[in-house]
Amino acid sequence: MSGAVAPHLAHRAKRMRQMVTPEGVALPLTVGARSARAGALILDYVILLTITIATAIFLSYVFDGITSEQDGEEISGAREFVIIVFSLFWFIAWNGYFMVMEMGPRGATLGKRAVGLRVASRDGGRLTPEAVIARNLLRDIELFLPLILILIAPSGETGLAGWGALLWFLTFMLFPFFNKDAMRAGDVVAGTWVVEAPKAKLDHAISTGGAAAKGTSSLTGAEYKFGEDELSIYGEYELQTLERVLRDDRPEALHAVAEVICRKIGWNPGAGDERAFLEAFYSQLRARLEGDMRFGKRKADKYA
Amino acid sequence: MSTATMTATAIPASKGDIRNEIEAPSLIEAAALRSDKFRLEREDEWKRLEIILGLMEKGRIKRLSDDDVLALPALYRMAASSLAVARETSLDASTIAYLESLVQRAWFQVYGPREGFFRWFRKFLSGGLSQSVRDIWLDICIALAVMVAGTIVGWLLVARDQEWFYILVPAQFADVRQPGASREVLLDTLKVENDASGMSAFAAQLFTNNSSVCILAFALGFAFGVPSLLLLVQNLAILGAFMWLYDSQGLLPEFGAWLAVHGTTELFAIMLSSAAGIHIGRKMAFPGRRSILTAASDAGKRGAQVMVGVVLMLVFAALLEAFPRQLAETETRGLIGAFMLIFWLTYFFAFGRGREREELEA
Repeated sequence: MSGAVAPHLAHRAKRMRQMVTPEGVALPLTVGARSARAGALILDYVILLTITIATAIFLSYVFDGITSEQDGEEISGAREFVIIVFSLFWFIAWNGYFMVMEMGPRGATLGKRAVGLRVASRDGGRLTPEAVIARNLLRDIELFLPLILILIAPSGETGLAGWGALLWFLTFMLFPFFNKDAMRAGDVVAGTWVVEAPKAKLDHAISTGGAAAKGTSSLTGAEYKFGEDELSIYGEYELQTLERVLRDDRPEALHAVAEVICRKIGWNPGAGDERAFLEAFYSQLRARLEGDMRFGKRKADKYA
Repeated sequence: MSTATMTATAIPASKGDIRNEIEAPSLIEAAALRSDKFRLEREDEWKRLEIILGLMEKGRIKRLSDDDVLALPALYRMAASSLAVARETSLDASTIAYLESLVQRAWFQVYGPREGFFRWFRKFLSGGLSQSVRDIWLDICIALAVMVAGTIVGWLLVARDQEWFYILVPAQFADVRQPGASREVLLDTLKVENDASGMSAFAAQLFTNNSSVCILAFALGFAFGVPSLLLLVQNLAILGAFMWLYDSQGLLPEFGAWLAVHGTTELFAIMLSSAAGIHIGRKMAFPGRRSILTAASDAGKRGAQVMVGVVLMLVFAALLEAFPRQLAETETRGLIGAFMLIFWLTYFFAFGRGREREELEA
């Protein structure tokens, strides 16, 4: 993917990386966007908070229930057990959630899964349990200490030391913004990074049926054939935009796009048969561009 | 008709024979574009790979047939080469996006973690942990020196001026244990409890509290070691102040035994977590011939192993602190503390050394 990147992919191209696997296969990876990662983090903490607080409320009911039913010395054993369960649960939930989830086969927490991210080893090897543990042990200084200091330092109680500490910890909190791979301090220490893990579905092939295959509308029987001049006005960007419009299949969008294309190539826009018209235009434009591609000629967009 | 459309429809027709051999369904015939034919011929295999990956990602690897498991590497390589071809010949954005995601998912499963957590944990206990602890020996020495220095500083400061006791010791510790307290009062704080009720809850809270502190000490160590050293000095100065206090009433051996029960384990764990943090900071400041990032990730993985060990040690420490410390007499306390110290030292520094040599020779 050198040179010929369509303009709509340009902002993504900055985040594209090639990871070479141990046997030499180059694998395209996209570094996860910082915004997506922040979203995943917030989602994870919402999930964690909900689970832990719900459990805490449940256990406090159990705790109260034990006291009200029996009085005297014997209750302490049962109450004590509830306290143990609660403190261990709290510790394991807050420290273990990220580690256990990221050690799984999908290498991602629920939040990361929801936004389509996963953790990967930066050297192309496998993601080891040690790496997952290491990247999650730094969460305190990257997130909680800076947040606490942001609340405390401006109050002036801690004086200069508070401001100093705040600055010091902010460098860790803002670490992802100072390197191109958006690594946080935990990633540096563990040798990991967070990449996009898209789960795309295979759509139907457009060119197998209808007007795309024969150039003839099944509705009106009209035949759409486009000449060299008419097909040469668009490039890959417009082709893939048209592909999205066809796959979405929304009548108003089809109508608008058909009208624009007709105006551009000097045809009279008709009504009612837009889909057949666009399918024919799409497949003939694609045939032309792919034909050129085989000879090493690419046209990124209409300006190229 | 334009020349471009001519080429696109004319060329595939000449290859029709080959297509027919691989049981061409009518869809492939109907496809007007060469790149769509390419895709339609292969999509059954892509979909098979997708189903296998779906099961593996859900952790239902046992539901895969032997055939599927054997086919996985070949299917993965085929999908990877399909992607390379599609990128150069096809402008179907949805197919390329699908293949990119498929190849990536397959790669993560083919090269994914092969050992489960329990296998990793067994390897970890039977040598991995000891090895990592031995690897950071220099940082352990630094942490130990800082801890000893902190204790001495605490003692000396309070010995010179008792006002220091109130500065060093946080209010929640300095209940009755203050300078000028009588021997009886101090002895009472070390007394043996009569029954064990409430002890296990105490242990659980001790464990979670200490573990969080150790994780923090480790994380702070990453900040080039300095804050974690300060934390160590401050905490050990408290210890030094208390040692002076009990010594002033001639109770140092009793206090030592009371502390040693769990202290040998807990202080050892604190020392290890700080050492692990210092290790990372030191390796990043002085990476040697490697890049900073490689040095940091190697040190980080070593540190992570040590930290898992630290959390396990703190489980022991909490149990020891809650039960034997509160229920046993001075001599028993001292014995248990000494035994734990010898146990940890043997485990970390003597255990698994032979195996290491075997691995080197092999």
